[in-house]
Amino acid sequence: MSKVLEGLKYSESHEWVKVEGNVAVIGVSDFAQKEMGDITYVDLPEVGDEVVAGEEFGALESVKAASDLFAPVSGEVIEVNEELADTPEKVNEDAYASWIIKVEMSDPSQVDALLDAAAYKTLIGE
Amino acid sequence: MKYYDKLVFELSQKGRVGFSLPVNKFPGSSELPVKVRRASALPLPEVSEPDVVRHYTNLSQMNFGVDTGFYPLGSCTMKYNPKINEEIAALPGFGGLHPLVDDDLVPGAQKVLSDMNQFLSAITGMHAFTFAPCAGAHGELTGLMIMRQYHLNRGDFGRTKVIVPDSAHGTNPASAAVAGLEVVEVKSLENGRIDVEALKPLLDSSVAGIMMTNPNTLGLFETQIKTIAELVHGVGGLLYYDGANMNPLMGVVRPGDMGFDIMHLNLHKTFSTPHGGGGPGSGPVGVAKHLESCLPQIKVSGFHGNFGVILRAYAYILMLGKENLQKVGQYSVLSANYIKESLKDLYKLPIEGVCKHEFVFDGLINDGAHDDVHGATTLDVAKRLLDYGFHAPTIYFPLLFHQALMIEPTETESKETIDAFIEVMRKIAAEAAQDPELLQGAPHNTVISRPDETAAARNPILKYQDTL
Amino acid sequence: MVPYLPNTEADIKAMLDKVGLKGLEDLYSDVPAEFLHRGAYELPEALSEQELRDWLQELDAQNTRLKVFVGQGAYDHYTPAVIPYLTQRSEFLTAYTPYQCEISQGTLRYIFEYQSMICALTGLDISNASLYDGPTAAAEAMKMAVACTRKKTRVLLSRTLLPHVVKVVETYARFHGVELGYVPADNGQTSLEALKAELAADDVAGVIVPSLNRYGIVEDHTGFAEAIHAEKGILVEYCDPSALAVVKTPAEWDADIAVGDAQPLGIPLCYGGPYVGFMAVKKDHMRKMPGRIVGQTVDKSGKRAFVLTLQAREQHIKREKATSNICSNESLMALWVTIYLSLMGPEGMKQVNQTSADGAHYLKDALLSTGKFTDVFPGQPFLKEFVLQPKEDAKALQQRLQDAGFFAALPTEEGYVSFCVTEKRSKADVDALVAVVKEG
Repeated sequence: MSKVLEGLKYSESHEWVKVEGNVAVIGVSDFAQKEMGDITYVDLPEVGDEVVAGEEFGALESVKAASDLFAPVSGEVIEVNEELADTPEKVNEDAYASWIIKVEMSDPSQVDALLDAAAYKTLIGE
Repeated sequence: MKYYDKLVFELSQKGRVGFSLPVNKFPGSSELPVKVRRASALPLPEVSEPDVVRHYTNLSQMNFGVDTGFYPLGSCTMKYNPKINEEIAALPGFGGLHPLVDDDLVPGAQKVLSDMNQFLSAITGMHAFTFAPCAGAHGELTGLMIMRQYHLNRGDFGRTKVIVPDSAHGTNPASAAVAGLEVVEVKSLENGRIDVEALKPLLDSSVAGIMMTNPNTLGLFETQIKTIAELVHGVGGLLYYDGANMNPLMGVVRPGDMGFDIMHLNLHKTFSTPHGGGGPGSGPVGVAKHLESCLPQIKVSGFHGNFGVILRAYAYILMLGKENLQKVGQYSVLSANYIKESLKDLYKLPIEGVCKHEFVFDGLINDGAHDDVHGATTLDVAKRLLDYGFHAPTIYFPLLFHQALMIEPTETESKETIDAFIEVMRKIAAEAAQDPELLQGAPHNTVISRPDETAAARNPILKYQDTL
Repeated sequence: MVPYLPNTEADIKAMLDKVGLKGLEDLYSDVPAEFLHRGAYELPEALSEQELRDWLQELDAQNTRLKVFVGQGAYDHYTPAVIPYLTQRSEFLTAYTPYQCEISQGTLRYIFEYQSMICALTGLDISNASLYDGPTAAAEAMKMAVACTRKKTRVLLSRTLLPHVVKVVETYARFHGVELGYVPADNGQTSLEALKAELAADDVAGVIVPSLNRYGIVEDHTGFAEAIHAEKGILVEYCDPSALAVVKTPAEWDADIAVGDAQPLGIPLCYGGPYVGFMAVKKDHMRKMPGRIVGQTVDKSGKRAFVLTLQAREQHIKREKATSNICSNESLMALWVTIYLSLMGPEGMKQVNQTSADGAHYLKDALLSTGKFTDVFPGQPFLKEFVLQPKEDAKALQQRLQDAGFFAALPTEEGYVSFCVTEKRSKADVDALVAVVKEG
């Protein structure tokens, strides 16, 4: 059983979004970190990069696998979680506390197209 | 094997030397100006010759080679490496040749290359070979460059894509990316072969060609190859053959006859040259006649390619001769099918039917999962095999099957060895059913147990100096 | 009979029975009949081992033995006798890539030692487990520079790089979609002025310059790193790792990447291969590095253990997004080099370079004394290689020397002739060469 937090929005590619005003705080779900196993590296974009909804913006790496991260919404990266460079395992420890990037949204209505907690639970079959 | 924990740096003692150099009899002592001179220390070990010999001898004893035991790695063709080839590769007339001497001074070396061109063309049905690529992936890259060059020479600048089956080895799409081609994946059917109906809509004038292997990475012959060739050629594309799976075709089928326009061979697989722990290999690329003019436009390595490796393959072909070529193909296929039939009651065989030189199991039928205990995975089976003195098969490739275990015995293994392997695989299956934790803790009998790879990736220690 | 096809007719029959087939041809029943090759292959008949030996010894003898006085990317340095005895050990020679680390600690440890030694020579932080050769290593560096700098797409090559290195990088660049620019030479060295002019275009991802260049000159790269880093570019030093024992290192030049061919570290000439490409980088660029990398860790009981690590960069995981397509590399040649460096140590490396340099300087002075040459780049520092302008036709000079048993005076594109002296050439050899030059 993986944890699914209420109050967050989810993408079908297992990213979560927390909306703070016009900013989307983005991370990966507990299900995603479990699937990956021990995360050894988080490939982060740079502040100032443009991200496009549905397109990849980075990746998670484990010993034997790499998994692309897909932007749930479009916009500009205003902050990246530098902590993850030295301690990628934080994503395994608490997927919801370890945000990955913060995006200034260019179209906040894109959030409406994302899944709520109940719909995401259904997606992952739990 | 005995656990030997030293690194050569740890044997170092100031003032020890392991070299024997002539006394410098040149008059004068040249000096570089300070501004281009090395100022920092050179932290190399100072060890004697006996130290070095003992050290590397002990290291070697923690290694497993084909000469040690059975190595059924699917897609690697770990066949026996004939020792006469080593003797030949060490001949001083070849060893002392500088690569920039004029061709007419070295007719012996030139003969090796021209004979190899002829032999490989005869075996594969191609028209001409370049020996520059140093490995299979290097050959793939070269072949894709040739594919692009062909279209560019025709004035066609729109061929930007290459089609690659989803079962392909990772080097295929990686090589395509290096060659500047966009990878378009074509799906496989449930029987593991390319889905021709899925291929059709992908084909248009933006496709430079298709990159595939036959038999495919599941060891299955692509029976629709004629149709595939017609379809791809029909849109003006070329067919590239990944020769990693050439072994079963030796003496039986030629890629050129199946419609392939470009191909590479792995001399360190099909042609018996030793793997060396990860190279040197050689990946000569062959082309059909209409592509021969592209070859000089592409330079992928410094000199003539890995000549020492080519020399070994030359010796191998000469000892096989035309009479024995077919045995290589046929015997390798027979051995693979024999293992498959002998184990399919205990391991899941996802695709029935005659395979070629290799085949894939999709994990154990009974993995021993019960209550809170997870079942034994393919990784666990592989690690347990090490305890019994066998090298594991290829695991988790191809990606189509999540517990993939790919077995390729090759034609140089005796029936006794194969029977012993079958027996051990049966034993392991029984162990898994009874006590999967035994496998999960494996290997137990090797010099180290499973290492912490997560720590190695999270906090990389990549040189001795980092440990001081 | 071939001795390495062990199965007898009885074995074949037993296996066919188990598989439920009548004959070997039935194994190919799924192959369209038109593709089954009928008839004999156009290959010679099998040779026995002795016949093979005789034939290859004949071919071997047909190759002209010359005393080598040329470098240009392949150097005739001495090979310690011990090395082939160790690299020929079957546990090294016939082993596969060390994916099953528990039974490959031998391979993994020597690669770790190799990586450490390449870092010792270059002064940089991280080395990979090897690449194919120097020129392809330079091509990988070119791709890496573009990957590291993201928005920039042009890479500059010095005109003083060896021609065959340039040609390989050009081939890779052409297909990979990288625009190349060239930095001309000024009095035989890469021109800093010209480099700065090129950098002003603000589109340069990286610059590849040689440490020892095609004329044998030891280049002064003062100011290069500063100028390149100011434009957020990558400095790549193309080096002779043997010479790094005595010349300023890539780290000392503040380079980001060092590449080259480790063939001068005791690997026989062998008509061009197998050699071994190396790459070392600054820590920041670790994740963009191509090739395998071995790392140290521990096993379950805390024993020191070595594994292939950072594999998520590689083709078997990232496929078309991998840092490179490289899979097999030149592992056994990396072992060769590791043993060589272990035997040589810092003292042996100094001596190799000193003797080679003294020999080259002695030869150059003697050749100039014959009056038959002019010095192309007087005053430029060199180590073991140099070029001169012959007064006679370059090709004719080379031919004369060849007829006397020397491979020397290799003509360059500019019409110069190139010479190289290593510690394998004696003073007597050099005097004999000069005598031949004098008499013509």
